[in-house]
Amino acid sequence: MNANLMSRNDLVLLLGFSLVVLTMPIWLAPLGAGYPDLLQRFMIYGIFAVGFNILFGLTGYLSFGHAAFFGVGSYTAVWSLKLLTLDAIPAMVLAVIISGIFALIIGFLCLRRSGIYFSILTLAFAQMSYNLAYSVLTPITNGETGLQLTLSDPRVIDAAVGHSFVGQPIPTLFGTPIGGYAGFYFCAAFLIIAFFVAQRIAGSPFGMMLKAIKSNQTRMQFTGFNTRPYALSAFVISGMYAGLAGALLAVTDPLAGAERMQWTASGEVVLMTILGGVGTLVGPVIGAWIIKYFENILSALNDNILARFFDVLPDGVDSFLVKVIGKFVGDGWHLTLGLVFVIIVIFLPGGIMEGVRRIAAAFRNRGSTPRTSNQTQAAE
Amino acid sequence: MSNGNIVLHVADVHKRFGGLHALADIDLAVEEGKTHAIIGPNGAGKSTLLNVIIGKLAPTSGQVIFDGTILTGRKPFQINQLGIARVFQTPEIFADLSVLHNVMIPALARRDGMFKLNMLRTLESETAIRAEAEHMLEDVGMIARKDMMAGSLSRGDKRRMELAMCLIQHPRLLLLDEPTAGMSRHDTNTTIELLKKIKSRGMTKVIIEHDMHVVFSLADKISVLAQGRIIADGTPDQVRGNPKVQEAYLGGAH
Ligand SMILES: Nc1ncnc2c1ncn2[C@@H]1O[C@H](COP(=O)(O)OP(=O)(O)O)[C@@H](O)[C@H]1O
Ligand SMILES: [Mg+2]
Repeated sequence: MNANLMSRNDLVLLLGFSLVVLTMPIWLAPLGAGYPDLLQRFMIYGIFAVGFNILFGLTGYLSFGHAAFFGVGSYTAVWSLKLLTLDAIPAMVLAVIISGIFALIIGFLCLRRSGIYFSILTLAFAQMSYNLAYSVLTPITNGETGLQLTLSDPRVIDAAVGHSFVGQPIPTLFGTPIGGYAGFYFCAAFLIIAFFVAQRIAGSPFGMMLKAIKSNQTRMQFTGFNTRPYALSAFVISGMYAGLAGALLAVTDPLAGAERMQWTASGEVVLMTILGGVGTLVGPVIGAWIIKYFENILSALNDNILARFFDVLPDGVDSFLVKVIGKFVGDGWHLTLGLVFVIIVIFLPGGIMEGVRRIAAAFRNRGSTPRTSNQTQAAE
Repeated sequence: MSNGNIVLHVADVHKRFGGLHALADIDLAVEEGKTHAIIGPNGAGKSTLLNVIIGKLAPTSGQVIFDGTILTGRKPFQINQLGIARVFQTPEIFADLSVLHNVMIPALARRDGMFKLNMLRTLESETAIRAEAEHMLEDVGMIARKDMMAGSLSRGDKRRMELAMCLIQHPRLLLLDEPTAGMSRHDTNTTIELLKKIKSRGMTKVIIEHDMHVVFSLADKISVLAQGRIIADGTPDQVRGNPKVQEAYLGGAH
């Protein structure tokens, strides 16, 4: 392929990634995760994490408020489905635009500070958005009930072309309902596009500037770069990714609630990125998949299921195990998540991708002769 | 010495840090194409003076004028874009990026300006910039290390790379804050040779240096700073013979 578009390594990575994603229904089936609803969420949160990494991983700005853009994307998409058309494409385009504008405003304000102050500002703005969604903005967000589709929605574009629906309205793509595996492949296509765009950004001169800002902002300024618009661009791009993810969630499950904007949701994407590997392309996606997978498996477990599982053990032992493990599953699955997170940060600060690299290096070293000096010193 | 075109003019600059008068009444005129050395004991205010010139610090009073443009009040990136680059006392580099990328970034700053949303190209396709950076690394004798992480370089190499990062911008004015500190005798000599080489390219330089060997082999003019004041000013021979300088600085250092 033309070197102007993509390097060979990037192309191989993109093809491999696409293959893994598109075959997920097959290879996840034995793990009990091969059903459309969960697969869709893997795609959606993968997009969210890939975009978040452009800001956090490449540029080094840790936002604690990205769920706000996710929520804005969801609300925008549902409104488009209500007012304009049940077709998903306008909903997603509008969601990306509106969340981008939102990110431009919030980013402009928050980027007046860096480091911890930046993080706190993003958190404050996101919590403000969350509270507004519950209070004064109720006419737009429908407050606690959440925004959903109804039969009486105007849908002016659909009405103009003479489409009419019977039963519960379902979002469509060119007339085909988006649900089940079709919904998964719809989301998967967006994840692959999102990944491709992130690759292009990371491999471009612009991406190198973002990495340079993360590495040494002072040097950037004395080298003649105005770092503010670079950081703002990264902020807006990652906000648009979040909006896209939020829109996909609304399209596959047309209900938008304010809890999507809460700080816990913002924190989750931070965990996904760190767990998978900050600054790597694939890591955040893997982090998102792992968290969503375990959330799904562990939160479905309860004491009854555990009791049945440990039935073979002697009395007393089994009830003890059920009691202890019961704390870590069901609603308590966040406890497990927290524990895993602490272990990763302490023992594998580069996340799962660092683990992969270490294992690969160990295998390579076994074959070659032991080196006396570190490779980086070899040139001295 | 003939009176050439004054390219950098520091006019009546004062800088106070609370009670400390770090710079007092500084007047400095640097001629185009010349190398102006600033010497003086530790804590004299030399680095502070460079910080004021490049916009890292605002002077308490006074002005810095570069080629008719007032620098005071401008942001560091604007001052750089006017053609002023600086090597810091402790190297300011992109430690997590490769040596080659460290040198390509300033070249892109010169070509693309202070901001460009350059997302549609790949780094691989920037062949001209890459070739220029490789050429620059050859000039400073670091081409063999181009793929190393900058953070893992030796101290001397970091400085040399930082010098390459400045030179690739073809600045009109280059500020060097102790460019040979922490270098071996051999590396120091290589750096002097390099600085002599770029002298012939007509670049104006302000150099802070402790090593008298370096100063006297490079400088056209020397200003001696002590406790925030310029106590002597002149050609190397004039300064060498100045009794005040002998007392304040040269005597102690040698
Ligand atoms: N940002 C600052 N804030 C407070 N004091 C400073 C600052 N920068 C330098 N100083 C003080 O100003 C004096 C001159 O420092 P400096 O310019 O670094 O000296 P040198 O001539 O060794 O480069 C020192 O006493 C130093 O402690
Ligand atoms: Mg100093």
